[in-house]
Amino acid sequence: MADQAAVRPGRLRWNPPLVVGTVLLALTGVTVVIASLTLRGTAEGLSADTAQPVSAAHWLGTDDFGRDLLARALVGAQASLVMALAATAISMIAGVLIGTAIWTAPRRLREVALRIVEITVSYPELLIAVVIAAILGAGRWQLVVAVALANIPATARLTANLSGAIHQRDFVTTARLTGVPRRALISRHLLPNMAEPLLIQLAASFSTGLVAMSALSFVGLGVQTPDYDLGRLLADGLPSIYSRPLEVVGPTLLILLLSIGAMLVGDGLAAAADPRLARRPAGRAAVTTRPRSAEPVPESQQSEQQSESSAPVVVRDLVVRRADGTSLVHGLSFEINRGEILGVVGESGSGKSLTALSMARLLPDGLTAEASALRTGETDLLGRPSRRELADAVAMIYQDPGTTFNPALRLGAQLTEVLRVHRGKSTVEARTIITDLLAGVHITDPERLMRSRPYELSGGMRQRAMIAAALAAEPALLIADEPTTALDVTVAAGILRELARIRDETDTATLFISHDLGVVEELCDRVLVMKDGVIVEELSREALRAGDVSSPYTRMLLESVPRLSGHGAVRR
Amino acid sequence: MSVDTVDTPAPRPRGPGARRARGGSSWTAFAMRRFAGLVGTVVTAVVVTFLIVPLIPGDPAVSAAGPDATVRQIEAARAELGLDRPVFERFADYVGGLLQGDLGHSFSLNAPVADIVASRLPFTAGLSFLALLVVLVVAVPLGMAVSALTRGGRRGKLDAAFNYTTAFVAAIPPYVMATLLVLLFAVTLQLLPPAYTRSQPGVSMLLPALALSIPSICLISRVVRRETAVVLEQDYLRTARGWRLGTLRTATRYALPNVLTSTLTLSGIILVGMLGGAISVETVFSWPGLGLGVVNAVATKDYPLVQGIVLVLAVVSALMTMAVDILLGIVDPRVRGDHDG
Repeated sequence: MADQAAVRPGRLRWNPPLVVGTVLLALTGVTVVIASLTLRGTAEGLSADTAQPVSAAHWLGTDDFGRDLLARALVGAQASLVMALAATAISMIAGVLIGTAIWTAPRRLREVALRIVEITVSYPELLIAVVIAAILGAGRWQLVVAVALANIPATARLTANLSGAIHQRDFVTTARLTGVPRRALISRHLLPNMAEPLLIQLAASFSTGLVAMSALSFVGLGVQTPDYDLGRLLADGLPSIYSRPLEVVGPTLLILLLSIGAMLVGDGLAAAADPRLARRPAGRAAVTTRPRSAEPVPESQQSEQQSESSAPVVVRDLVVRRADGTSLVHGLSFEINRGEILGVVGESGSGKSLTALSMARLLPDGLTAEASALRTGETDLLGRPSRRELADAVAMIYQDPGTTFNPALRLGAQLTEVLRVHRGKSTVEARTIITDLLAGVHITDPERLMRSRPYELSGGMRQRAMIAAALAAEPALLIADEPTTALDVTVAAGILRELARIRDETDTATLFISHDLGVVEELCDRVLVMKDGVIVEELSREALRAGDVSSPYTRMLLESVPRLSGHGAVRR
Repeated sequence: MSVDTVDTPAPRPRGPGARRARGGSSWTAFAMRRFAGLVGTVVTAVVVTFLIVPLIPGDPAVSAAGPDATVRQIEAARAELGLDRPVFERFADYVGGLLQGDLGHSFSLNAPVADIVASRLPFTAGLSFLALLVVLVVAVPLGMAVSALTRGGRRGKLDAAFNYTTAFVAAIPPYVMATLLVLLFAVTLQLLPPAYTRSQPGVSMLLPALALSIPSICLISRVVRRETAVVLEQDYLRTARGWRLGTLRTATRYALPNVLTSTLTLSGIILVGMLGGAISVETVFSWPGLGLGVVNAVATKDYPLVQGIVLVLAVVSALMTMAVDILLGIVDPRVRGDHDG
């Protein structure tokens, strides 16, 4: 809850749930108030028309005393509504006061008070209300007090937490340092910033209050006959539910209208306060409907293209499109040979990562790849390769080792997954293989690493583990998408050495993506320079080193590489 | 618990190390903290339940003995409640009795409160357990499936249908849900008994369990759905997809633990709320559990019985909160190091 404080106070953003909820509440409210002013006689006066069925005169029939059931439900709803509003007002005012008081209290007192509030919040609200009803006895005002008191802790906790969060923010610190008096601090800085979450809490209090109150009356601890509210009416109707089910319809319907209205308003307010939760604008919702697969091309063309090359990785005319048809990568073609590291450089947004993700068939939803050929090893990536074939064909190493492993699982479980699922290895076999691979990428204590969870390791160790996981599948193509960007220079140099070693030892084809020409120049055998979704230049390493480039864009990139002595870390 | 606060969980840091252990803290420290929390809650419950009688406005003995009581009856009630003795002495007695498992003596039923509680507890426990089981079995897969199906804004209609249906159904109070279920299954279809029947307790448990679980299913599946949506966009899930493990395995092994972590906390609150719901639902179905017991006790002003049942319900809800916390600690060890979670 606390970080809702980060929402700036501002104009209320209306959204469908908010509108529907407000309209629902307003209509029900007005109807109920009018009914309580005009229909009280019909609702309470006894008549000879006892136990009537539905008729034009009595829309929901009458009860055993000849009272109109619809009128009773509406007048009862007015009682519930007024009581719920009163309880909400009391609990909000008291809750905000207590919450603010807790925040202004000295540290010790504050912590004790917060603990107590926490404990109170952990009890079911209805249980607290029952206890208070037991103390105060039954009746209207007792019911209001019981439900109000039961609702206070939640509001108090919210207020205290919000105050705490806002208190630490810069503008409050500034205000305090400049000597703004405490009362002004509360009224000018704290309350306006809490307005939105508190408004949401208000809606929530109202709906839980209404429900709790009706529940208490329903079980017989609230409003007592002959007085009535919705809960009482529902309880009165229940015993005769077989003979006259209509009697429960009115109160049920009104409770539903009111609580759904309040719920929609609360949801709407929450969505307005936090745009993240709001429904997506229609434009974006339309973006992603097509399947994530690469689109097949005509059979003849495909076979013709594939027979053309013997390289393990072939890409022909790769186009990546958004669902609306705009293309982001415009017809790339390249090959990667066995034991070759192909570098792809370019600024962010140049389409490097999209190219890589197309080849791994991991494009985000809403993007589709088309090509006249897209092949890795024996696997045609345009067809429908099985999961196992895909796992054999491509493995990826990602940019940020801090987020690529699942924080809830031990590394051993994650690293051995591919071997167990696709190679049918037992856990023990898989662990042995991975241990060897980890030792191969210079992890000193592989056993300990396997027992660790990702957040217990350094970035370099995680990235080495990622490489080991990628190698486990013995893929035809290894894609490294900026694998060193998130690492510091010396750790990065170690990772680059591993990639170079893998190329030399295993004959794997590697696609190495980077925005850093310096790194690429050290590691790669061949380099593609990309800009705006097209290849602007293809260079051999020698040409790149010699600065023998033709495109002005490549030259610009080259010139932006800082030439410092520390950069020789990977030089072989 | 409220629909809206539950439905908008505070986004918490999700990156690795966001809740990194403070070093050296482990199972024992974690268990100690949780136990301390439990003790605090139980102590509060003891104090609060004791205070019920002294806080009654006017003379509790008159109120307990009822409007038509004779002076003799009032005095008997006064002695029974111990009102002739000083408050502190009574509190010491109350606590001493509790320590020996003595919850006092019920006026209305003329039996030890502990016996009454013992006979009613299994009904509430059974009902809550069945409801909880239904909730978890339905809500978690439902939320995850909807989240996966609507990922990245796909299937807008399913998205809207899920959102509105769950919102509407969640807004139905348990006792209204109970009434609707009785109307449908007992009155109209005549499939299930409308109330507790001694001869077939299992069958008559179905409707109350449904009444309790349906609103919670809606709330929790919404939470699961939202949390899953966040988890599905995490890098580590892309990694898992890159390993081509298949949708089901990716979902159960790689998404589920992370979804559970964030969902369990909120579910704990919702489940404790279900105990509150049991109070009204048991009344609808004349279910002989603690909920109906406390309602009857309050109605008959049987204060010792009220105290006993409220205390037990409070302890049960505290135990449930602790169980959820410990489960969290098992699912995600980072929680153990979290000193304020």
